[in-house]
This record gives sequence, C-alpha cells and structure tokens, in this order.
Amino acid sequence: MALDASFVGRCYPAAAAYQVGREKIREFAEAIGDSNALYRDPDAARAAGYADLVAPPTFAMILVLRTQEELINDPKLGLDYRRMVHGSQSFIHHRPITVGDELSAALHVDGIRAMGGNDMLTVRCEITDSAGDPVTTARAMLVVRGNDQ
Amino acid sequence: MSRRRCAEVGTVAEGDELPSLEVRLTRADLVRYAGASGDFNPIHWSDRAARDAGLPDVIAHGMLTMALATRLVTTWAGDPGAVVECAVRFTRPVVVPDNADGALVEVSGKVAKRRDDGTIVIAITARAAGQTVLGNATATVATSPASPASPRHGDISG
Repeated sequence: MALDASFVGRCYPAAAAYQVGREKIREFAEAIGDSNALYRDPDAARAAGYADLVAPPTFAMILVLRTQEELINDPKLGLDYRRMVHGSQSFIHHRPITVGDELSAALHVDGIRAMGGNDMLTVRCEITDSAGDPVTTARAMLVVRGNDQ
Repeated sequence: MSRRRCAEVGTVAEGDELPSLEVRLTRADLVRYAGASGDFNPIHWSDRAARDAGLPDVIAHGMLTMALATRLVTTWAGDPGAVVECAVRFTRPVVVPDNADGALVEVSGKVAKRRDDGTIVIAITARAAGQTVLGNATATVATSPASPASPRHGDISG
C-alpha cells in the first residue's frame, strides 16, 4: 500500500469559515446550467419560504474540496494526485444551505485500504453552521491507481 | 410556486418517470465549472494533463455530471432544498473533445421508492456516448415542508 494507513481517524478542519454569498450561488447555478429561480431571485426564494437564495445540492462540494486539498497535499500521506480519481460522492443535507450561512467544514479520514492494486481512501466532510448545528455530511471515495496501471 | 410543485411531488407513484434532460458539455463548460467549484484539476482542461494521466482526452468533472443528475431532480421537485440526500458512483468518464459538439450527457430518472417517512427516492441514469457514466445514482426528495428530515431553514411562514 502506498498510502499511510495511520492517517485513518485524522481530521482536517478548514482554516476559516465559508460565507455563502448570492453571487457565488448564481455563478454555481450558471455553471451547472440550472435556471431554477430559487438560485437567482431572492423574492422567489422568500416566496418559497427561505430567507434568501438556496444553494444547489452539490454546492457544498466547494467546501469539501477546500478541506480535501489539505489532506491530499499532506506529503506524509504519500498520495499521487495525478493518479487519483473520484470513485463516489454523496451528500446528506440536514438542512438546505442558503445565502448568509457561515459554514465551517472538517474533513475526517474514515478509511484507507488497498484493493486490486489501488488504494481506496474514504473521507467524510462535516459541514456545520455558526451555531455549530449540522448542515451537510459529504462522503467521498477517492481511488489512487496503483503504479502498474 | 415551488411549494405547489413540491405538493405535486407528493402524489407521484413508484415507477413514474421524470422529464429527461439532455445537456451538451463543451470545453468552455468545463472551464466555467472549474472556476465556479474551485476544482482546477488539469485533466478537466489540459490535453497534456489528460494524456499524462492515461485518459483518451480531457474529461468532465465527475461533480459536474453529478450536478446535472441532481438538476434533473431539483427541476422536477421545484424546490432544490427538498433534496435531502444524493449519491453517485463515478463509473465511466465523460470524454469532452475540443470541438463545438463536445459531449452529450443524457439524464433520466424514475421514482424508485416512496418511504414511510414521506421521502421519495429517485433512481437516476446518466449516459454519454451511449454508455452509462454513473452507478447507483439516487436523490432523496422530502415531500412535506414539515418533514423532520428536512427542516426548512429560514422558513418564515412556519
């Protein structure tokens, strides 16, 4: 195994809180080609019962990537980024993310195992709001292809 | 309006098909998604990096494909905040050649299950170049704003 298995159980908290802004939600919605009014029009979002614009379900990946980057770039882990592929991703939304949220994220290393010449890294990003309440749990399987492939 | 459409979701039956979605992805779309998401992995915009990684060509971000798969469901539900859970496996890359046609991603979905807690599970299929690109792709939709599984954040109308 190329990856250091002692990393299981480690946690990488984001250095700073992430402030969810209107223009970022609009930009992300545009990038996924989604014209839903609740991503663009605050009045439409309020009419639907939200305080402001709602984030698309995969918007939380922005926070996941920030915390994941720290782990991936940790030289002691021994991960070759060029050989890494995204195996799976899931999100559990404890509540929708909306404009104005101040989100904290922490990445947990849940598992490292070798399978068929590859290393499988399972990570979990817990996203919480400024009150410390859970917002999103995002899980990913990252696959690092072996040298012989 | 989204409330009303959300209520309509409450009347669906297992096996119902969602309106399908076809999205053409070009290199420009990948660059735009890279900027919006912060995923600047060069295999999504550099021919050289894609070749070095052993790929046939530049490929779309898996998360962009997942976003399109989820978009099928949020468009159907009306309220994106009703999606309480979504999950995919990335089984094949979506190869995006550097031309005007790019890659066509076809997304379809159907109601797989109605759960006792009022949530609806949608099974999603995504295809590109005639092959499926996602496995076990699902999204779970809450049908009732009062559902404890999905408290409406900032709901001012109670």
